[in-house]
Amino acid sequence: MNKNVQAKNGAQAAGQSKKAVFIVSAIVLLAVFVLGTLVYNRDKLDKGAKVAEQNQAFLSREHSPRLGPAEAQVHLVEFFDPACGTCRDFYPLVKDLMKANRDKIRLSLRYAPFHAGSDNVVRILEAARKQDKYWQTLEAVLASQPYWAPNHKAELEYVWPQLRNLGLDLDRIRRDMYAPEIDRVLAQDLADAKALNVTMTPEFFVNGRPLPEFGYEQLQKLVNNAVAIAY
Amino acid sequence: MNASDPGGTGYSADRAWTLAFLAWVIASASTLGALFLSQVMGIAPCVLCWYQRIFMFPLVFVLAAGLFPFDARLVRYALPLIVAGWLIALFHVLVVAGVVPENIRPCAQGIPCKDQAIEWFGFLTIPLLSLIAFSLIGVLLILTHFKVSK
Repeated sequence: MNKNVQAKNGAQAAGQSKKAVFIVSAIVLLAVFVLGTLVYNRDKLDKGAKVAEQNQAFLSREHSPRLGPAEAQVHLVEFFDPACGTCRDFYPLVKDLMKANRDKIRLSLRYAPFHAGSDNVVRILEAARKQDKYWQTLEAVLASQPYWAPNHKAELEYVWPQLRNLGLDLDRIRRDMYAPEIDRVLAQDLADAKALNVTMTPEFFVNGRPLPEFGYEQLQKLVNNAVAIAY
Repeated sequence: MNASDPGGTGYSADRAWTLAFLAWVIASASTLGALFLSQVMGIAPCVLCWYQRIFMFPLVFVLAAGLFPFDARLVRYALPLIVAGWLIALFHVLVVAGVVPENIRPCAQGIPCKDQAIEWFGFLTIPLLSLIAFSLIGVLLILTHFKVSK
């Protein structure tokens, strides 16, 4: 169509109209992208409530480590990977969030060890739990993560030295970490992560609702909304 | 040659420009589509997808640079990218179809290339879309080349 128009016009005009066609096309393509994004995100938000309902079955498991009072009305579920840098960054933020809403939030930790080798680190955490040193161990493991997870791969031999000063029975951990019940915890958490479409860590669910968009502010907003509704 | 004729006064030069422009539109749509799938819908690209992206994304800029002023040599500069991207897309389609045996699959770890997040109309997978896009861009640019050298 624009070919015929251009053939009639002079060289100058033809060059101009080509530029116009190009710029308009670029704007149209970008506009479709932006509109598509808006529609897709709104759609996802609308489905949020329904998804929350369906999610409940996969979110809460007896075996998960918990923090906060059992009667707290806001249930925060975090799928995390001990080798994931963003999970490490979020750990103090989640603690702050719980402190700011004292006794109103209970946290359940679920495992999604997507990094190579990090399932073994989960095993260490679960074995430390049997010695009632779960949270100390988790904090030590997260704090030293850059040492034992260079290049996004968990190196077990570098994890052990980080556990020395926690008063853990390391020999017992080495014995316990491959227990069948830990196999079951890992398998269940990974199956639930798959069912909930958790593909990246950390992933948060607030009373069943996933974050509409990833980010600390978004998590804060979702938690504050849930607290406002419940209290 | 009209290549030395910026602005393209001749009829066949206009035709050649339009063909190259359509190739650019397809490359841009493919690029934005790929970004939509990964950034908006959150579908993580597998290794083979990344290699196809490496050859698709620069086409948006290489082709645009060849459109203003129109430079027929853009076909030369874009074709290596298209051939490489096309071959990887073909390989990926064969992996999905199960034609390529498991043991020479290069994506054993991480995100599996065989699993398909999208299957429109029961057959249209992302690697197939990619193969179609690379094919169309390639055909359009070959036509551009013949239009110019006529």
